Order: sequence, then C-alpha cells, then structure tokens
Amino acid sequence: MKPNDPAITWLEEKPLGLAERLYLPLFVQGLAITARHLVSPKVTVSFPEQRPNVGNPLIYRGVHRLNRDAEGRVKCVACFLCATACPAHCIDIVATESPWPDREKYPESFQIDELRCIFCGMCEEACPVDAIELTSLLDLTGKSREEMIFDKEKLLSVFDMTKDAEPMKSAAMGGTL
Amino acid sequence: MNSFLPSLPTIVALVKIGLLVGGLMTAAAYLVLVERWMAAWVQDRKGPNRVGIPLTKIRLFGLGQPLADGLKIIMKEDFTPRHVDKVLYTAAPLVILAASLAIFAAIPFGSSLPPIPALGLTGEEPLLVAPGLDVGVLWVFALSSIAVYGVLLGGWASNNKYGFLGGLRSSAQLVAYEIPLGLGLLGIVLAAGSLKLDAIMNAQASSGVWYAFAQPLGFVVFFVASFAEAARLPFDLPEAEQELVGGYHTEYSGIKLLLFLVAEFLHMVTAAFLIVIMFLGGWHFWGLTGSGEVGTWTVALLRFAVLSAKIFAVILFFMLVRWSWPRFRFDQLMNLAWKVMLPLGLLNLVTVAAIEEFRPWLTATFGTGGATAAAIAVPWIVFFVGWIVSGVLTPSGTDNTPIRTRGPLDAEHALGAGRREELVEA
Repeated sequence: MKPNDPAITWLEEKPLGLAERLYLPLFVQGLAITARHLVSPKVTVSFPEQRPNVGNPLIYRGVHRLNRDAEGRVKCVACFLCATACPAHCIDIVATESPWPDREKYPESFQIDELRCIFCGMCEEACPVDAIELTSLLDLTGKSREEMIFDKEKLLSVFDMTKDAEPMKSAAMGGTL
Repeated sequence: MNSFLPSLPTIVALVKIGLLVGGLMTAAAYLVLVERWMAAWVQDRKGPNRVGIPLTKIRLFGLGQPLADGLKIIMKEDFTPRHVDKVLYTAAPLVILAASLAIFAAIPFGSSLPPIPALGLTGEEPLLVAPGLDVGVLWVFALSSIAVYGVLLGGWASNNKYGFLGGLRSSAQLVAYEIPLGLGLLGIVLAAGSLKLDAIMNAQASSGVWYAFAQPLGFVVFFVASFAEAARLPFDLPEAEQELVGGYHTEYSGIKLLLFLVAEFLHMVTAAFLIVIMFLGGWHFWGLTGSGEVGTWTVALLRFAVLSAKIFAVILFFMLVRWSWPRFRFDQLMNLAWKVMLPLGLLNLVTVAAIEEFRPWLTATFGTGGATAAAIAVPWIVFFVGWIVSGVLTPSGTDNTPIRTRGPLDAEHALGAGRREELVEA
C-alpha cells in the first residue's frame, strides 16, 4: 500500500490544549482510573478453595474418561482411531476378541499417559462410538509418573465419577449410545 | 568503675537508633508487601494473601510474606560475576544502604517524649537521634547525595552496559532534580528560619498553617522532585526494566540485591518523611495534637500516630502514582527538571523571600490576620499564574507528538518525485 493510497485516511494528532499542557487532565484521569480499580471487585479465583468457572463443560478439555454403555460395559470397540489421531502418542490400546456379540473387539487394556497428553481433544473427535471423552476436571495431579498413566479401570472410574455432573456428550448431541 | 559505663545520653541515643533502624527495616519489608498489594488491587487482582505463620495453616492476609521473601533472597547464592570490579561491586550496596540509613539521624520520627524521672530523664526527650544538629536539612541532603554514589558505583562496577547506562541516567537525573528539591526546601528554610526539621515542624504547628498551604508552588516542585530523587515511577529511568533490564543492579543478586532494594524503599520513606515534615505539618493536626510542649504521654503518642499516618498516606500515594502515569522519556524528564521545575522553584523562592521581607510592613498595615491572609493568597496567585505560564511556554519537546519533517504524502523516498506528481494527478 502506497502512502498516497486513497484508502488511507491520515490522521494528525490534535495539538495539546492548555489543560493538557498543564498536565491536569492526565493527572486526574490517571489517578481516577487507578483509584477506581483499587476498590473494584477482583477477578482472582482463590483456586483450591474456590473452583474456577469452566464455562461450557461440553467443550472443555480436561481429564479423559472412558464411557460405559447402558449395560455398564466399556463402550470402546478398540478400533485404534484415537491412538492414531493422537499427536502426542499417549494412548496405548491392547485389543482382544470381544466376549459380547454386538462388536468384534474390545480393549483388554486401555492406557493414557496424562503427562504426555496435550489435551487437544483429537481422540474425542476421532472416536466413532463416542467412547472416549474429555471431562471438565482440570486439577490433575499425582505424586509419580506411574500414577499419571491412567489405565482402563481408572478411566472408567472417571466416568463413574463425572457421569452425573456431565452427561455423556454423545447422548446430548445425538450420538450413538 | 562507673566511668566504663556509657553515659545516659549515649544510652538514650543507642535506644533511639535501635528503635529507628528496627522500625525502618520492618517498615521497608512490609512496604514491599503493601506495594505488591497496591499493584494487585489496581490490576483487579487480590495480591499476596497466602503466607501467614510458618508451619501452620494460619494465613493472616499474607502478613508472613515479607519474612518469606527475605528468607528466600538471603538463602540465595551470593554470586559475584567474574567481570566485575570486586571491591566497588561489594562497596556499592553498603554505601547506598549506610547513606540511606544515616539520613534518619537528623529526621524526627515524632514530637518528643514527656520527662521520665524514673530513668533520670528530667527534660522532654525529642524523638530524634541527633537532636542538637543545627544543619539537619543539610545533613539530609548531603547524605541523599551520597546515596547517588552507591548507584553510580553499582553501575560502574558491574562492567555491564545496562548497569552502566542505568548509573549514568541515575546520576544525570539525581543531579538535575537536586536543584528543584533544594529550591523547594529553601522556601521552607526562609519561612521557618531554621535548618532543623523539628523546628520547621514546630513553626507549622504554632501558626497552624502548613507550608503546603502557604507555599503551594514549593510543595508541587518539592513533591515532583522527590519522586525523581526516590527514582519512583513516573521517573524510574535509572532502572527502567523494559529498557535497562534492571539498571544499576542488573548484575546483583542475593543479599546485595536485597540491600539495594531496601535502600530504594528507604529513599521513598525518606521522601515521605521530608514531604510530611516540611509541607504537611509533621505531627500537627488542628484541634488534635496541640502545638506547644508535649506534656502528657497521650499527646506524645497522638503526635507520633499523626506523623506516622501522614507518612503512610504519602507512601500510599507514591504507590498509587506508580500505576497511574507512564514513565517519562529521558528528554522529557530533563526538560521538566531544567525548563519547568527550576524556574518554578526560583519563582517560589522569590515569592517567599518577598513575603518574608514585607511581612512586618503587611502586619503594620493590615494587622496580623490581614498579613497572614496576604501571605497565603499571594503564593496561590503566583502558583496558578506560574503553572499556566510554564504550561504555555513549555517546549513542545515535552509532548509526544512526533516531529514531522515532511507531510504524510511527501513520500519521495518511496516513489520518486516525478512519479508522485503523476499519481496525485491521476
């Protein structure tokens, strides 16, 4: 774009008036703004005592869970789509023949390394049966690296823990049950 | 045997020094906390509120924070970089801290205490480490100038361009603002007729007119200059983090850095003390503290409380100002000192001198009340006229409008002269 392009509107700063030259408006404005903020409500969330507001839990990406179907079985069909989609390679699935007639495979073991996970939510998007979901649990801590590798039982227990507060997204969004 | 024991005045002086240094160090530690609170509140945060009593879960609004901060910085490695001048590098923080503490020898921290016969103190005991010091104000100014050496030494010894630039800026700034500071002070000395800070407070208390009301121009000049002397925002160029990393203390860490930071806070406390003592009436408050001898312990404590409250209020204002206005550019800082503050300070000095000269004549003509009214009205008129004149005449370098040597369309360097004519015609 050239300096004389008609699309450019050149603005000139107004020359300072007497009041500005006396530094008075700046003085008053600055002090008024800081004084107002000094007493205004604070935005800090005192974390452990006070839970932060996560907004819409449907689109929040916290700790994973493995959903159960109506009979309480794991919904996962061990198709490996989530493990393939995962950019951090943190999902490790061992598939085996399913004992149930409605699917061919199911995960014998399903591990997510929460320390490697980048919480991008690609696994959730990739899953064809809406078995893996990200909850709105945000304070994920542990005392060892081993503890942070979540196995199938732990991921299912996350589901049991959060299913009342956060119903399966699949159900609300018309996915497969 | 008795001759080996210190005399009573020595003991009294030692007790005063102990109280003062202890109080100042505690105050400096807690002012850091207050500063962080103010910073947080202005930014809509809550600020440090977690650290309370160690090893318990009691939080006390974060009042344990200074202890934690101090412990942390003391436990850090006392690292001396290889490229520094070791002697000066070590001396700088000591010089600056010693100077900023020694200033308080001449600064009264209250009115005085009533006689305590049980301890052998028969007269009123002034709350001042060196009560007989006739050059009180000069002592304060001399030592605050020595504190500049600490900054310069630190910047020079660091052998680092940021430290060096910070030191240079600091010296230029402090030299420039010593003059308006001194001019503001001279007006007070003229009016009070004494260099003793306690005498200046007594003069204000006995007349009931604080010098801030009698010499508004001097007050403003002194106030602005003391911001610059304490290197507080908007004049914190010696250590402008965005430009100079840390200024003169870039290369410092651990306990030496702590000494620098404490000295910086002490500068602010000194500035607040001087502003309150010289312009805001010191321990005097109308109808509350009286104005003569102390008499009872109640009055003595009340005066101490009034003085402390005023100083705290001034310090809070210092901290509020920090978040209110952006930092000046260096040329603006210098313009302000030499082209605005210096003439205004001289104007104030001339006004005060003229009033003091003609006061007997005023009193003879208009009576005492009329003379007092004139002595207040004239400086206020001078204040407004002086401010407006300096505002109108201020060189335009102090405003931020970019200086254009050519108009926005004169872009020959980009297009070539002939080409531009074509474009404009088309």
